[in-house]
Formats: sequence, C-alpha cells, structure tokens
Amino acid sequence: MGDLARRYGPGLTTIILLLVAFWLIMLVIVPNLTLLEQSFRPYLPVVDVGGPKDTYSFSNYLKVFNGEIETSVLGITFHIPVHVKTFLLTIWYSMVVTVACFLLAYPLAYFMAKVVNPKTLPTLLLLLFVPLWVSEVLRAFAWWIILALKGPLNWILLGIGVIDKPVRWIVGYDGVVVGLVYTYVLFMLFPLYNAVSSLDTNQIEAAEDLGAPWWKIHWRIVMPHAKPGIASGSVMVFMLSAGSLLVPSILGSTTSQWFTQTIDQWFKDALDWNTASAYAFLLLVLCTVFVTVAMKLFKVRLSDIAK
Amino acid sequence: MHRFRLTLLNTYTGLFLLYMLAPLAVMSGAAFNDNKLPSIVPWKGWTTRWFIEMIEDERMMIAFANTLWVAAAVALISVVIGTAAAILINSVSGRLRTALYGMMISTILIPGVVIGISTMILWTKMGNALGTEFFLFRAGLHLSVLGQVSYIAAMVMLLVLARLQSFDPGLEEAALDLGASHAQVMRRILLPHLYPAIGAGAAVAFFQSIENFNVTQFTRGGADTLTVYVFSKVRSGITPTINALAFLLICVTLVLAVIYEANRRRRVRIEAARLDEARRAEEEMAELIGRG
Repeated sequence: MGDLARRYGPGLTTIILLLVAFWLIMLVIVPNLTLLEQSFRPYLPVVDVGGPKDTYSFSNYLKVFNGEIETSVLGITFHIPVHVKTFLLTIWYSMVVTVACFLLAYPLAYFMAKVVNPKTLPTLLLLLFVPLWVSEVLRAFAWWIILALKGPLNWILLGIGVIDKPVRWIVGYDGVVVGLVYTYVLFMLFPLYNAVSSLDTNQIEAAEDLGAPWWKIHWRIVMPHAKPGIASGSVMVFMLSAGSLLVPSILGSTTSQWFTQTIDQWFKDALDWNTASAYAFLLLVLCTVFVTVAMKLFKVRLSDIAK
Repeated sequence: MHRFRLTLLNTYTGLFLLYMLAPLAVMSGAAFNDNKLPSIVPWKGWTTRWFIEMIEDERMMIAFANTLWVAAAVALISVVIGTAAAILINSVSGRLRTALYGMMISTILIPGVVIGISTMILWTKMGNALGTEFFLFRAGLHLSVLGQVSYIAAMVMLLVLARLQSFDPGLEEAALDLGASHAQVMRRILLPHLYPAIGAGAAVAFFQSIENFNVTQFTRGGADTLTVYVFSKVRSGITPTINALAFLLICVTLVLAVIYEANRRRRVRIEAARLDEARRAEEEMAELIGRG
C-alpha cells in the first residue's frame, strides 16, 4: 500500500483504492451477502416484509426436498425429490459434457501444438475462433435447426439410407448435451493447446527413440505435462455448462430440466426471489466445491485456472 | 510420426473444423430459404424477404441499439476498474496480494445466474430501504451493466496485469526524480505502456458484454438486448429473421477475420523480405571483404 502511495501520490492512490473497493465491495461481496441473507427469509406480501412473520429459517432450502417422484437408474427404482434429481442430473450431464469436450479437444490440441506446420497454424486458429465470435444463443439455435425432426440431419441420414424414418434427436438430455459440447469445446481446446505447446518436443522424441508406444507417450508424458491445461479447461467447461441457461432452454426436451431453469422459474414465474436466492446459493456452493476438488485433484492453483 | 497416424490426425482436424463451421453454414443457409420455418430442407426457393422483415422488426433494432450501449458502458467501466485493480495488485505483495487476487479472479467463476439475482436483489433492497423510486434502484439495463462489470473487470485486470510485468518501475522513479508530478507519471509513462492491454481489454469486455445472457436475463426488467431478444424469438414464434441476423453477424465476423489474416500475412511477407535483404547484404559484404 505504501508503495502505491509513493509511486502515484495520495490523490491517484485514493482513486485507485476507491475504484477497486467499489468493484469488490459493491459489485461482489455485498450482493452475494445480500443473496445469502435473502435466501433465509420467507416469501411474504409487501406489507408483511419486516413484520413479525419475517423471520429467518431454512424453509427455502428445504423446498428442494418437496415433491418426490419415482426414478429408476440402472433398473433400480427409487423415490427422489424432483429438485434434487434436477440438481444431480445437472452435475452428471455437466460432467458428461466436460469429458466429451476433453476427448474431442485433446487430439486437436496435440495436433496444433506439436504436429501441424507452424505456417498454417494461425489460419487454423482463426477458423476456430469464428464460431467463438458468434454468440452462444445463435450457436444453440443452429443445433436446434440441425436436430429438428424435419431438419437437415434426418434429411441426410434418410437420404443415404442409414435410417428409414426420422429420428427424434431432442429427447431427454441429448439435445442439451450436444448443444453444450458444441458451445464450450473451444474453452477446453485453447487451454489444452497452451499447455501442450509448452512441452519440449525433445521429450516426445526421446520417448519414441526409446521405443515407447504412442499411447504411452501420451499417457505418461504429454498428459501429465498438460495437467494445468486439463484442469483449467475442465473447470471452465463444467462451470459454463452447469451455469448455462440458454442452451438447456433452447435444446431441452419436455423431460429435461436444468438446475438453472429451476432457479429461473422461481425467480421469473413464481416471483419468489427468496427461494430463487436459496437455489442460486446452492449452485454457487456446487461450483465452489467443484473448483476446490479440481484444484486439489490436479494440484493446481486458482491463478493457473484463470489463465 | 507414423504416416497412418498422421493421416488420421489430419482427417480428424478437417472433421473438427467441419463440425465447428457446418452449423453456422446451415444457419446462414436457412436465411435465404423461402420457408416459414427456419431450415434448409426442404428448399423452397431463394428469397431475401427475411432480411427485409428483419430490418422492419423495430424491437430487434431497439434491442440492437441497447446491446451496443450496454457493451460500451461495460467496456468503459471495466477498463477503468480493471486497470486500477491491476495497478493495485502490482504494487502490493504477500498475503494481501494473494487474497485480493484470489477474490478478483473468483468473480470469473461465479455463475451468471448468481450474479444476476444477487445484483437485482441488492439494488432493489437498497431502493426499498431508501423508499425511493429512483431508476437506479429498479430493474433495468443499468443493473445489467453493473452485474456484467463485476466479472468482466477481472478479465481486463488479467490482461493489464500481464502487460505490467514488462514495465520497468525505474522509469517512474526517473520521471519523479526529474520533477514530474504523479499525475504526469501516470498519464505520460505508465498508461502509454499499458495502452495495448487496455485496448485488448476493452475489446474483450465489449464482446463479453454482447454475449452475456444470464446476468442480463435477471436484471433487465422489461428492456431487451439482442441476445435476450433472439432467445425469446427462438423460444416462441420462430421466423427465419433470426437466421438473417445470424448470417449478417457471421459475415461481419468473417470479414474481420479475413482482414486480420491478410494483415498478418503481409507482415510475415515484409519480415521475410527484410531477412532476405539482410542476408544478401551480408553476402555482398563478405564478397567485398574477400576481394579486398
């Protein structure tokens, strides 16, 4: 702090401190604390707010356990509260999306970092950047067109005779997963590419000379080196997927429900901001836990992920 | 590398590019199909009527203007806050630095839904507590701006901080010793060094803001931005006007990409020519010396 004042004088230092304080206190800390406080309050008519009925309780959080429905996983049937099910399925499908993105992006990241002619690399990167500049809502919309019952995908497959009647692609969570993978795979690709390209190519050649099979080179040399990239890509893709509201709303079917959609319904349809806060806070906790676990698992720090 | 695996990787890259770009082509194609539903099959003939309908769509034009205003405001505020934050981080150390830096970065990882709801609740509550109907405390795009700044400022901060690493603080001291004021040091020495990063930060902030849906959705009140409008269109009655819009946006992106690429190639060529010339000059020199 003293350093700051010495370098920029008292006036500028005050301005800098005020700006940062406005950001961190008014835009980050206080809103989140308000969210937390609000999540313990009951939903009341305006006249009762601040009255005797306005007491703190966990009842908004306990709403997660309302309304059991029958579910079966792997042939075992059991009862589970509908919002808990949504929460768990959101986590599960976000993980599926994350793994799918990794599997899709890894070969390309390796190709770009170690194989491709350096002269064509900028062109390749530029082509990959194009979809990134087209907004998320349009990318989801594009897949809505493609996967439609009378859309081009069914048309092509019917044309070459792979299927004999149109397939309904947007069932369950299929459409959501396809859309999320397409939307977020580049957030896996670029961190992976950065991590792999910092690997010394001599290491790969040495392993080859010593007779290591290709899969072992990847498993024992490239992937361990790319660990920070894998961690940051996975965290980005998981958080973006679990937090996405656009893609599940556009590509969701009648049987798919994303946790963010549940929050949105509490907020916009039920106008119950307090329960929406409680659910939003649960989402925040989930994301914090995921990032912490990922950091422990991959032994990386927050600053590595942010890169 | 083994020839077969190399072919496989090349094919894979081609397929990946197709996977990334084909949906955009499908979407653009549907903009010209004379079909009430947005699709490229069945093809019912060429038309430009979706473009005309798009221009006549007043709500879309308002949404477009709103998007630009919000993005400009977000870019401006994020650049100011992000730059201040980077300068602050750069001049503190130890635990304080770790704590501040961690808090700043973690804003990027907060889900947009949470930012949207928390911003909305805080400002309406403040408005209620003050008993005022002043617009600042009611839902609207200005709250979307504040919500978006809360995480976009962190992105600007990272860009500016990276640039600060290559700054020599000795220059500041020299200027101070020579009698410059603190304001002069900031304006004439530090900021000029940071301009490239500030420019890049402004661009990133602008585009992040245009992309934003989650924060805007919860804070906008009745106002539309382009993303929100497109979303409501996609969910309700869809007409290919959205495809027309998408086609235009993709065209703009492609034109910018081509300009960027052409510029890059030109620079590479100039660089190569310069190296060539240097080599020739060296050879001539060597020849002269040999003769002498």
